[in-house]
Amino acid sequence: MRLTDALQYRLPLAGVVSILHRVSGGIMFILLPFVIWLFDTSVTSEISYDRFTSAFVAGIGFVPAFIVKLAVLALIWAYLHHAIAGVRHLWMDMTHSVTKEQGRSSAIVTLAASLVLTVLLGARLFGLY
Amino acid sequence: MAINHGSKRLVVGAHYGARDWLVQRITAALMALFTLVLLVQLLFGKPLGYDKWAGIFSAQWMKVLTFVVIVSFAWHAWVGMRDIWMDYVKPVGTRLVLQVLTLVWLVGCAGWAVQVLWRL
Repeated sequence: MRLTDALQYRLPLAGVVSILHRVSGGIMFILLPFVIWLFDTSVTSEISYDRFTSAFVAGIGFVPAFIVKLAVLALIWAYLHHAIAGVRHLWMDMTHSVTKEQGRSSAIVTLAASLVLTVLLGARLFGLY
Repeated sequence: MAINHGSKRLVVGAHYGARDWLVQRITAALMALFTLVLLVQLLFGKPLGYDKWAGIFSAQWMKVLTFVVIVSFAWHAWVGMRDIWMDYVKPVGTRLVLQVLTLVWLVGCAGWAVQVLWRL
């Protein structure tokens, strides 16, 4: 089977949450140095803190602020989806809520909660409110 | 000789991923706890600025908790990335190279994070 064959599958919502759990984990794995850079510049000194805040306004080096914000937005979604889907797993382990219907309804909650929170925080990040 | 394969296979002892499964959940719970602890500190008290942000991480107990979370993250990501490589990359050589690069990446990043944390 090739990747193009896999894309033909009509995944149930629990399957969508599952593959996005992997995608979001992979995104955070790849962006890990960026996260540590954010931590480093924001916490090391007041001078580096100014560099941190200006990265979101004027960009940093050859990277425009828009790209910095986009990367942070990707991290916000990845973190929220991964964390909520993770709590869903813990909840399923503890309560044995593993019927088809429970899987579907908890998948809807996971997708909705992570997307709504991402939109809210993303709007704040891009200065919409 | 007793049959020890198929439905009669010996399950105890080899774990078959039970340790990874448990590690994944324990490290996740620790990271969730860290998130809550950080959020509570951010939402209450003084408005956010450099002093408050650096102050949060300069408390010794927060340094210890953050250190535990850095190790948890690396271990958690190792189990997860290993699962991904094992599922999608079948040639043994390529898989080994990717797994080694994953470890180098995670250990390197964890070291950098610890350095940032402990020079505060």
